[in-house]
Amino acid sequence: MSMHSHHDRGTPARVSSRQVTLSIDGMTVTVPAGTSVMHAAAEAGVDIPRLCATEQLEAFGSCRLCVVEVKGRRGYPASCTTLVEEGMQVATQSDALFRLRRGVMELYISDHPLDCLTCAANGNCELQDMAGRVGLREVRFADGANHLTEAADTSNPYFAYDPAKCIVCSRCVRACSDIQGSFALTTTERGFDTRIAAAGGDDFLASECVSCGACVAVCPTAALMEKSVIELGQPRRSVTTTCAYCGVGCALDAELQGDRVIRMVPNPAGGANRGHACVKGRFAWGYATHADRITTPMIRSSIHEPWQAVSWEAAINHAAAEFRRLQEKYGAESVGSITSSRCTNEETYLVQKLTRAAFGVNNVDTCARVCHSPTGYGLKQTLGESAGTQDFDSVMQADVVLVIGANPTDGHPVFGSRLKQRLRQGAKLIVVDPRAIDLVDTPHVRASQHLKLRPGTNVALVNALAHVIVDENLLDEAFVAARCEAEPFAKWRAFIADPRHSPEATAAVTGVAATELRAAARLYATAGNGAIYYGLGVTEHSQGSTMVMGIANLAMATGNIGRPGVGVNPLRGQNNVQGSCDMGSFPHELPGYRHVSDEATRKQFEAAWGVPLSGEPGLRIPNMFDAAIGGSFKGLYVQGEDIAQSDPNTRHVTAAMEALECLVVQDLFLNETAKFAHVFLPGASFLEKDGTFTNAERRISRVRKVMPPLAGHADWEVTQMLANALGYPMHYADPAEIMAEIARLTPSFHGVSYARLEELGSIQWPCNEAHPSGTPTLHETEFVRGKGRFMLTEFVATDERVNRRFPLLLTTGRILSQYNVGAQTRRTANTVWHPEDLLELHPVDAEDRGIRDGDRVGVASRAGETVLRAKISERMQPGVVYTTFHWPGSGANVVTTENSDWATNCPEYKVTAVQVSRVEQVSAWQQQYARFSAEQAALLKDRSGTKAADAPV
Amino acid sequence: MNIERLVSMANQIGTFFATDPDADAASIGIAQHLASCWAPSMRQALLDHLDDRNGEGLVPIVGKALRDHRERLAGRRGHP
Repeated sequence: MSMHSHHDRGTPARVSSRQVTLSIDGMTVTVPAGTSVMHAAAEAGVDIPRLCATEQLEAFGSCRLCVVEVKGRRGYPASCTTLVEEGMQVATQSDALFRLRRGVMELYISDHPLDCLTCAANGNCELQDMAGRVGLREVRFADGANHLTEAADTSNPYFAYDPAKCIVCSRCVRACSDIQGSFALTTTERGFDTRIAAAGGDDFLASECVSCGACVAVCPTAALMEKSVIELGQPRRSVTTTCAYCGVGCALDAELQGDRVIRMVPNPAGGANRGHACVKGRFAWGYATHADRITTPMIRSSIHEPWQAVSWEAAINHAAAEFRRLQEKYGAESVGSITSSRCTNEETYLVQKLTRAAFGVNNVDTCARVCHSPTGYGLKQTLGESAGTQDFDSVMQADVVLVIGANPTDGHPVFGSRLKQRLRQGAKLIVVDPRAIDLVDTPHVRASQHLKLRPGTNVALVNALAHVIVDENLLDEAFVAARCEAEPFAKWRAFIADPRHSPEATAAVTGVAATELRAAARLYATAGNGAIYYGLGVTEHSQGSTMVMGIANLAMATGNIGRPGVGVNPLRGQNNVQGSCDMGSFPHELPGYRHVSDEATRKQFEAAWGVPLSGEPGLRIPNMFDAAIGGSFKGLYVQGEDIAQSDPNTRHVTAAMEALECLVVQDLFLNETAKFAHVFLPGASFLEKDGTFTNAERRISRVRKVMPPLAGHADWEVTQMLANALGYPMHYADPAEIMAEIARLTPSFHGVSYARLEELGSIQWPCNEAHPSGTPTLHETEFVRGKGRFMLTEFVATDERVNRRFPLLLTTGRILSQYNVGAQTRRTANTVWHPEDLLELHPVDAEDRGIRDGDRVGVASRAGETVLRAKISERMQPGVVYTTFHWPGSGANVVTTENSDWATNCPEYKVTAVQVSRVEQVSAWQQQYARFSAEQAALLKDRSGTKAADAPV
Repeated sequence: MNIERLVSMANQIGTFFATDPDADAASIGIAQHLASCWAPSMRQALLDHLDDRNGEGLVPIVGKALRDHRERLAGRRGHP
């Protein structure tokens, strides 16, 4: 039970145009039709006793504690399942009700341990509260049969299940099915023997449970309890903040004892998550205080020398002097920066400002380069804004959902649960993915169509969908005529109508049968509200930007844009990847996606920042690597990114790192990139600083400090110190001041301030004079660019093709329990679910190569070779293999190539031609990596310096 | 940064814009894209390649765009 449960009104709120007025304990109450008596009573300030009811779940009516009397009716109906009626007269207190409730409680307590003083829920237990409420004074049946000796299940690393404390209210079962949608929990047996069980295994860990924690959050007793609470006791205070994992951006309450986090629970008022969370946000926060944290600045002159621990002042001055030396020796353009999508908007803004104003160059980029840069480009070209069009709530009004190249139940699990809720209500689902992701066939959800295309053929497929829409007159002609540019549409219509785009013609390329594709196109175009959700399976291709434009074409052609329930929705990868892009992290754009060549915008920033700014685009990350290897790029400031693990063609990246004369890494840990660094500046986790994150639905949410920075400074302070040392003054007192500057200089943020965020909870940009409370849905009456622009999207096969030497296609992705490069999740108990990266391959491909499940297999491409263990899986289609990149030693990106999107250089992670074969030992790269990592670990261990080095500047 | 990589990237851009039935519009599209997304040193390296090696490896539509819009695309020499 979280600290918020005390405000629970028992059953969910209802929305209705019809209002109902009734009397409760003599008070007149008016509520929407469909509201329960329990909820109406709560609105009137009457808290009816209950155990099985909670506002987060539909009423169940099992505990019978919430009984009431209704005038004119016989018996004692449960107030949770009884709906209000006009003129109804309800009494919640009477002698009869008192006796009934006390009798119910006596029965419950007769099968419950009386160990309240030593129970983990002591002081925060609904059962305890209710016993007090109903005046229970004796238990007459304590000697009867009970479940008090049943053993606890402690298999899950984060929570324990103690059946002795379970009252079988089924809240957990309903949370698992109704909120999370996993259906992993169930009730077994009947009557007195009824128990809660996790399905699919002998215990919770082995079961189908995904450890979202929804069951723990709703448990009214200590039956399901966080191990951290069992070990440390109940939290005493709560701070609302925003999750630092995926782009859903869940609002979480950090519940604390002093500065120590006891647990994280989802905030029911969170606009993005509506009270839900996943195994990462809910539980995997222990990395913040992991022993690997480095809290002392360090410097060294060569990557083969030991680190020297120094003071902040010494480290900052050394970094600044190095950058200035390099610029003097090699020219201004010889240095640059990489901003972090894991850091706050304010921190990202400062890094790009430092780059532009203090370095005097536009060589700044961000990790969106390797994930959603094609989204920014493609949506800007077609719709006029580099962002998704909807809020997450919108999916609850969708009639058909097209999921392309995304795996929401793993990558964006809280949105995935929301999507499943809508699908269980009857919305149709089309999945476009080379693999059979969970959504294709999961409990109570089955895709109407799974278009299992070959990797690298997205554009051929989206063109075929559009062809059917044009060919079969499924266009929304009125929408197109009113909202889109006529000439580009006419050009596109003629282009897409060509028979080369027909499903019959493209089937040979995509591998998707024409009948299936036509059915999917008809479904999307005719089922009502059609919503598209897509992920990196769209963007990380040589035609990533073309595919994004193809998706926008599809939405415009069918009129599926500009209202709730429809839209084009990129599922952003990292917590603040939308924000980092908004803040001007791209080398060609100032904050607010305004091109550096735009004279008026540049003058505005020049006036505010007091320096002249370059009007030419700077280097992108891959350009920086190439220039470093070429010898002209010498210094790089990397805040909170691990390019040596996350970027493709690892050997190329590390060659670039080795070519730098000064690499400054600001991070929590000595990550893979930091092993090549000359200056290490300790970073601060999201728990240690104030700021804002912007999620995939453009929602700006507050990040609030819950503990002091372990290294003494938040990341924005460190960037500020570096700017000052470079001779460019920055004197922000706090992140609110930085946001004030952002708002002043960025039209879509004009109305954003910390005060406004406190008032509204969160804000979806644009937030300005025209939209003072933000904008849940973009492009409602007109597109941001005025009229929507159709783009021509010819399919061009990638250069990365299978051949005799490399006959399989490798595609990479991520899984539920781990997050990107794993720097955070590998330092938590989440490793129990994913201790290593595996190579998934189809049984046919395995059999052809004599590979058995668990065998070591070599994966070789033209870029390199690595060795993984094999996992044989029918999720895969023959000819396609899959792996993740969460463990650096796996070397997944040793194999991926530098092929990239034509418009943005986003790497083509999703298509690499490889060969797979059984091997006996790790690859040469892995041996070399192990040696280098051991050397770096030793150099870290041998670091010199004194405690005084920790003193702040 | 080697010139083969720049040529390959420029050709990818050219291939996208080549779909436009209007050759001049395609040429403008290529030039606009290079001007707005490529650092000046990268653009200049491509122009130097056009001059020194007759644009070896470049698809014709990119060569045309470079020639048509040379002034706009010219940048500082720096990064190889």
